[in-house]
Amino acid sequence: MAKILVLAELKEGVVQKVALELVSKARTLGEVTAVALGTGAESQAAILGEYGAQTVLVSEDAVYATYLAEPGAETLAYLIEQIAPSLILIGGTYDGRDIAGRVNAKLGSGVITDAGEISLEGGTLKVTVPWYSATTIVDVTSPSNAPLLMVKPKTFAAEKLDGAGAPVVEKISFTPSDKSKRARIIETVVEKSEGPSLEEANVVISGGRGLKDAKNFELLHKLAEPLNAAVGATRAVVDSGWVSYSMQVGQTGKTVKPNVYIAIGISGAIQHTVGMKGSKNIIAINTDEEAPIFKVADLGIVGDSLKILPALTEELKKRKG
Amino acid sequence: MKIVVCVKQVPLTTGTNKIDPNTLRIVREGVDVELDPADAYGIEAALQLVEAQGGEITLVSMGPERAIEAIRRGLAMGADKAIHISDPALAGSDALTTARVLAAAIKRVNPDLVICATESSDAYTGIVPGGIAQLLDVPQLTFAKKLTVENGKATIQRQIEGGYQTVETSLPALVTVTGSINEPRYPALKGIMQAKKKPVETLTAADLGFAASEVGSAGAKERVLGWNPAPQRQAGVLIKDDGNAAVAIADYLQKLKVI
Ligand SMILES: Cc1cc2nc3c(=O)[nH]c(=O)nc-3n(C[C@H](O)[C@H](O)[C@H](O)COP(=O)(O)OP(=O)(O)OC[C@H]3O[C@@H](n4cnc5c(N)ncnc54)[C@H](O)[C@@H]3O)c2cc1C
Ligand SMILES: Nc1ncnc2c1ncn2[C@@H]1O[C@H](COP(=O)(O)O)[C@@H](O)[C@H]1O
Repeated sequence: MAKILVLAELKEGVVQKVALELVSKARTLGEVTAVALGTGAESQAAILGEYGAQTVLVSEDAVYATYLAEPGAETLAYLIEQIAPSLILIGGTYDGRDIAGRVNAKLGSGVITDAGEISLEGGTLKVTVPWYSATTIVDVTSPSNAPLLMVKPKTFAAEKLDGAGAPVVEKISFTPSDKSKRARIIETVVEKSEGPSLEEANVVISGGRGLKDAKNFELLHKLAEPLNAAVGATRAVVDSGWVSYSMQVGQTGKTVKPNVYIAIGISGAIQHTVGMKGSKNIIAINTDEEAPIFKVADLGIVGDSLKILPALTEELKKRKG
Repeated sequence: MKIVVCVKQVPLTTGTNKIDPNTLRIVREGVDVELDPADAYGIEAALQLVEAQGGEITLVSMGPERAIEAIRRGLAMGADKAIHISDPALAGSDALTTARVLAAAIKRVNPDLVICATESSDAYTGIVPGGIAQLLDVPQLTFAKKLTVENGKATIQRQIEGGYQTVETSLPALVTVTGSINEPRYPALKGIMQAKKKPVETLTAADLGFAASEVGSAGAKERVLGWNPAPQRQAGVLIKDDGNAAVAIADYLQKLKVI
């Protein structure tokens, strides 16, 4: 059976959702070994087991959360050489990407970024990758041993495995070198946000330049209340400094797949739609009936968002009673 | 301070890319190209450091002959000189080969600081900078939305999920910058004139010690097997707001049971 290694990212001692997504996928490809690095790793092993990891390799060393990339890259490269897996899955996150670039160069292995469907039928790796802002789906393979696959969050569903046994938990014997302790994290500042996160929300309301002014984003937040929605944005308004980058949806931002996506004053450039066209239902409001966003919308409204938004918020409040 | 900025020429970011059915590579002939807008932020960051503290900026780019236009644009913004690695054997290089070739060229400059964009606009692997840092054996500070260099140390504000981190390291180091780090300048006419005379060293793969068989498509560890156009979504109903849009949307949301 193929051996699949998954780098299971921790944040403040908690295993990240993307790690559970990767383990869920990996168990359909072979036998799963998850690697959890940092304080809290041991306590998270059981959760990784519930999603199908048979073995969890852990290190409680605080170095992984203190220095960027290098300690993690050294450790992962060591484990890949020890275990010789068929595949390594890494989340396409900030930290995942940093580590993957270094491991790739250390081992001289192949890397496939933005992996979609993955198959190992007959021992041959085949991965679908969306190219050119996902206008073309390319089938890719790698002639390398142990290629790295980078997978964006939300590509796969995180699903618990029925009847999963407790995983075998092993301590990692490797200690990162002193030399790896170079890029030191001095502080982490978390900007508070209210309501559900963009990735988890059932309803996402995103605004674009058609809102005309940063202060009109307040209209989106008001609409978000009765819908318990998260608020997103286009790069155009992020670059204009109206809202923070963490709200950006699209190719260089987040991929969201909510039940309902409401696009307000957004033209629908491919770099934006690539991040939201996986939504189940799409509603768009735009003054321009030719706007490309209407090509992906299930319900399109040609109209002025500044008029419609307050009326809609009132209507929803009324109906909720 | 010696700074290298890695820059790349890409198909116009407002256009749509196509695959050549024979080579399974991106079609680059007859396509309008530009200096990757993502790289302009790196050049601007380098210019601001050098203007404040002195130093020299070398652009390093791997790409076909016409990539010289993108290099000239970066020189027109104010960079001092450039290395252009151009060789038909390099066509089809994967991220690792790209990092190897760029690292080999950067070693000739021996810079204090290397600046890349977090990801290129056409390939957007985001893997090349980490590869370069590993091969140069320097630390990497990534996703910078702010960069300061002082007393032999580089400090950044690193964009992360829902906030930022302050990260510090000693030079030499590699930094990747995001679009929120600065507002890149446009080249002035004078800069454009001067750029024509700035030194550009052109190198082949062999000049950097690579055999043709280990680079380009021949050395790539990613192979395209085939491709399909992405499935399209069907457009649904389109209605003009005549005062009842709010009711129509509310009805739709109610049908979906989200209220
Ligand atoms: C490499 C690269 C990566 C990119 N990554 C991303 C990304 O991750 N995410 C992203 O979003 N973009 C991204 N972009 C940018 C993208 O190409 C578009 O420029 C951007 O999405 C446009 O944002 P927008 O729709 O808000 O603005 P615009 O394109 O300016 O559209 C504004 C829309 O509002 C409408 N409008 C005006 N007034 C009103 C009104 N009163 N009521 C309703 N509608 C109104 C207009 O008709 C128009 O359609 C990227 C671009 C590149 C080159
Ligand atoms: N061919 C190239 N020439 C010069 N720099 C490059 C090249 N490819 C990638 N880079 C640098 O690496 C960054 C990330 O690229 P990528 O990994 O392709 O997303 C780019 O923004 C450039 O700074």
